[in-house]
Amino acid sequence: MMRMRARLLVLHVLVLTLLVVLAVRLWQVQVVRGHEFVTRATETRTRAVIVPAVRGQILDSSGRPLVRNKTALVVSVDRTRLSRMKDGGVKVLRKLSAVLGRPVSDLQQRIRPCGPGVGKPCWTGSPYQPVPLDEKVDTREALQILERQEEFPGVTAEIHSVRQYPGGRAGAQMLGYLQPVTEAELEKREGLKASFSGVDLAGRDGLEYVYDDALRGKSGLRRVQVDRMGKALGVEEQITPVPGDHLVTSIDSRVQAVTEKALARAMKSAPAADGGAAVVLDARTGRVVALASAPGYDPEIWAGGISARGYQWLLSEKSGKPLVSRAINGQFAPGSTFKISSVAAMLRAGYPLNGTYSCPGSYAVGGRAFNNFRGIALGSLSLHTALVKSCDTIFYRAAYEQYLKDGGRHPKRKPKEVFANMARAFGFGRPTGVDLPGESPGRIPDRAWKKELWNQTSATNCERSRKGYPEVKDRARAEFLKRLALENCTEGFLLRPGDSANFSIGQGDVLVTPMQLARAYMALVSDGKLRSPRIGWAQVRPDGKVVRTIPVPVVGKLPLSEKERLYIKNALSQVAADGTAAGAFAGFPMNKVRVGGKTGTAEVWGKQDTSWFASFAPTKNPQYVVVAMISQGGMGAQTAAPAVREIYEGIYGIKRKPAVPGGRLTTRLPTFAPDGLVAGG
Amino acid sequence: MSTRTIAMRRPSLLRRIAGEDSTVRRLDGVMLVAVAGLCVIGTLLVWSSTRTWAPGSTGLVKKHLLNETIGAVMCGLVAMVDHRAMRAYAPLVFLVSLVGLGLVITPLGATINGSHSWILLGGGFAVQPSEFAKVGLLLIIAMLLAQPAEGTDRPRGLDVALALLAAAITMGLVMLQPDLGTAMVLAVITAAGLIIGGVRKRLIALLTLIAGLGVFAVFYFQMLEPYQVARFTAFVDPSVDPRGVGYNSTQSMIAIGSGQLLGKGLLEGGQTTGRFVPEQHTDFIFTVAGEEFGFLGSVTVVLLLGVVLLRGLKIARQCEDRFGTLVAGSIVCWFAFQTFINVGMTIGIMPITGLPLPFVSYGGTATFANLIAVGLLQAIKMRRQAFS
Repeated sequence: MMRMRARLLVLHVLVLTLLVVLAVRLWQVQVVRGHEFVTRATETRTRAVIVPAVRGQILDSSGRPLVRNKTALVVSVDRTRLSRMKDGGVKVLRKLSAVLGRPVSDLQQRIRPCGPGVGKPCWTGSPYQPVPLDEKVDTREALQILERQEEFPGVTAEIHSVRQYPGGRAGAQMLGYLQPVTEAELEKREGLKASFSGVDLAGRDGLEYVYDDALRGKSGLRRVQVDRMGKALGVEEQITPVPGDHLVTSIDSRVQAVTEKALARAMKSAPAADGGAAVVLDARTGRVVALASAPGYDPEIWAGGISARGYQWLLSEKSGKPLVSRAINGQFAPGSTFKISSVAAMLRAGYPLNGTYSCPGSYAVGGRAFNNFRGIALGSLSLHTALVKSCDTIFYRAAYEQYLKDGGRHPKRKPKEVFANMARAFGFGRPTGVDLPGESPGRIPDRAWKKELWNQTSATNCERSRKGYPEVKDRARAEFLKRLALENCTEGFLLRPGDSANFSIGQGDVLVTPMQLARAYMALVSDGKLRSPRIGWAQVRPDGKVVRTIPVPVVGKLPLSEKERLYIKNALSQVAADGTAAGAFAGFPMNKVRVGGKTGTAEVWGKQDTSWFASFAPTKNPQYVVVAMISQGGMGAQTAAPAVREIYEGIYGIKRKPAVPGGRLTTRLPTFAPDGLVAGG
Repeated sequence: MSTRTIAMRRPSLLRRIAGEDSTVRRLDGVMLVAVAGLCVIGTLLVWSSTRTWAPGSTGLVKKHLLNETIGAVMCGLVAMVDHRAMRAYAPLVFLVSLVGLGLVITPLGATINGSHSWILLGGGFAVQPSEFAKVGLLLIIAMLLAQPAEGTDRPRGLDVALALLAAAITMGLVMLQPDLGTAMVLAVITAAGLIIGGVRKRLIALLTLIAGLGVFAVFYFQMLEPYQVARFTAFVDPSVDPRGVGYNSTQSMIAIGSGQLLGKGLLEGGQTTGRFVPEQHTDFIFTVAGEEFGFLGSVTVVLLLGVVLLRGLKIARQCEDRFGTLVAGSIVCWFAFQTFINVGMTIGIMPITGLPLPFVSYGGTATFANLIAVGLLQAIKMRRQAFS
């Protein structure tokens, strides 16, 4: 028995050890690492279903909606439930296709998850989120599904909010569009990061993009408790969504409509026109009143996910790239509208404001004759008349003189480049900073730019200068191109005399956007300050409380004295009355509303001229700056000026009802009733 | 006054049962309280883990309570039998258990949950003879090794050989089902008998070596089912296949760990309600305790089992005859092994093995066998004095 007892003692120690091991391990798993397992338990036990927040509206200056929400019946399918059916849900989809009138294969494609080798249409969202199949279901179809749920397991018809555009195509590029958020975008957002659902939308362009944070609101969350088969057991946690704020813009939807119509008419009037833009700014505040770009498109195309064909159409050359806003992305030579900068440059270079300048029909620059429009000599002119009659030779001469002063072909170490620097002071050559994404900077072809360009192109040009252009059929043209290539190869880095002359009248390599030109004119005719225009005016909570007013930043000051500025403005004030735009404004009641401005006709090689008209009204204390540009529209006075005239007629109600009563824009934000509706709107 | 008079005259029935020198007074109350506590906890856990899917609002609780009641009666009956008399019945019990195991592999046997180890009795009842085989083998080995060789305190060689033969037959029949877990328990019971019985260390070392070679051979010649190999692989590295074999291990750790210190409360365990841990009312019942009662609750379960084991060891040590000591010691080893393997697998320190947690898991035959073993321990405790 002694031996047995001894061995039992060993057993005793062993049992105690095992018990201690278990207790220690339990402490480690439950107390030390407990937190970690709580997180993992929540992950396995629950499924987060995102409840999208209602997106804020985009409103015009009086509270009229530019983009609003409409409730739509959306039919969605629960993928996990279908996949658990014996036939993978084919029967249900077949029935659904009969109700919706869409092929089964289409429905099947839409619910399969996207991935490598799975092209659109496919579902980019979470597998636990019901997949929306149809966003334009009518009530009758929805009722068929809802009333016979037993026949449509896993299919729901719910009310969702969908974007609606009361203005139709008006300002489509400016408003932008929504697309399902990508996982990467969601990473950057605050809160609810782990819950990528695919139902969240993100603004992808225009105001929807820039003010996405404000408009979006905060998604709600329903944490559904599920069992191991994924069957929902109940709601564990519910966070109600916070609706997004409204964006009140300074856009006046009536002026916008007038502008769109005028632009469309101008496009039609010029047979070769392939694009155009019109910008209406509030000269007193720097805010945007209307912004149009042609060709346009119907933003409804984005609703419910765009098709690959639809997207290609929006970006194709054939359709004229309607997705691209010409107002901020259209870069064209500005023609004579640019002369406001050149006159200012002359003044800064020391040319007297009240001097008399000779305007011959032609002026030799670097041994080459540069002509006035149609070679007409206008005699001796003041700068005032030079602007009104759009004399070119005065600017050629001044630009050439300054070019030579800078050292000509062999520039000084620090050339003054008065003309280029004045253009910069007017805000050209860099984005205006308007609250729209992807704005183009334009281009100021100064000496540095020339060098940069040469660095990039000399290799090709030099090769071409040796090999020529055998693929060009026209021998004379091929010869010309070869010579041009040689010239660019050997001295392309030099600013040539002709370059400076062309630049002074807004021709050649200088490029501006309609928005840039509009804000330059606004600075000139208002207070001399260069502003970064704003479309957004205020961010307003759904209950009407103003979250913030969006200021219009001042980003620069024109280097002109008050006297000089008013001199130029006065000269421009005469253009529409009896200058280059007199024809276009014939019969316009100048005694009622006096319009000032400048026409521009920019030559584009191989194409029709770009037609410009930059304007302001009333000339005394201007309220509006209106710029129109028609690519391949011909002369400024021919296409753009009539479009601008039509916009003013619309605003002031000439021969029709005024879009803006009294022509005076509202200066107060619209007020909202507590229920979120616009009071009196 | 009158009571005293009666007592003087003749001891009352009450006194005979509860009196100072009564048999009942010699019961191990501490162990019984621990066992009863485990049964109560087990009932609550079975309720929590079966109420969501089994018919009726209380799940399998009624059936479990019935099993426990039957088990308690069996426990009482066994405790009433003098264990020394049990020695005489040992061969009979062993043979009956072998017949049971044999019936399983005849057409009478049934497969439940992928394991062919059942005999259906009708009326929704089924028995698992392998559970009874633990008791049968334990008794026959104790009987054989209880008689020491002349003049020594070591068992005779022939008896050792017979014991090994009995073990081999039983384990062989169990492996035919196949039920690796029970076979391992039978091996532990055999080893416990040999060690406590005083077999030479050299022989124990030799048998250990043979067993080791056997295990090696089993792996080497791929005699195991693929799922059994997979379980071991998953034990070494649960991340190998988190949705497959690693799933059980991962999910039971999540359930237990998320209980933290105080637990989520009875019926409040989301992992249990969602049925993320498979076989949660039987082999993985400990995860319910971990999730709903927290560290305090799960450690209480371990402590109660520890009380049973240590009291069992005390009974073994205090018993004055070899048979009683052998039986008690083997039972302790059986329970200890099952406890450690079962709890260990749910907290990731043991591979997944299909063994129930004594007194807690749902399962009729296992409950019967466990309570019969408790009855044996009590019987030994009550009559520990050897015949003088």
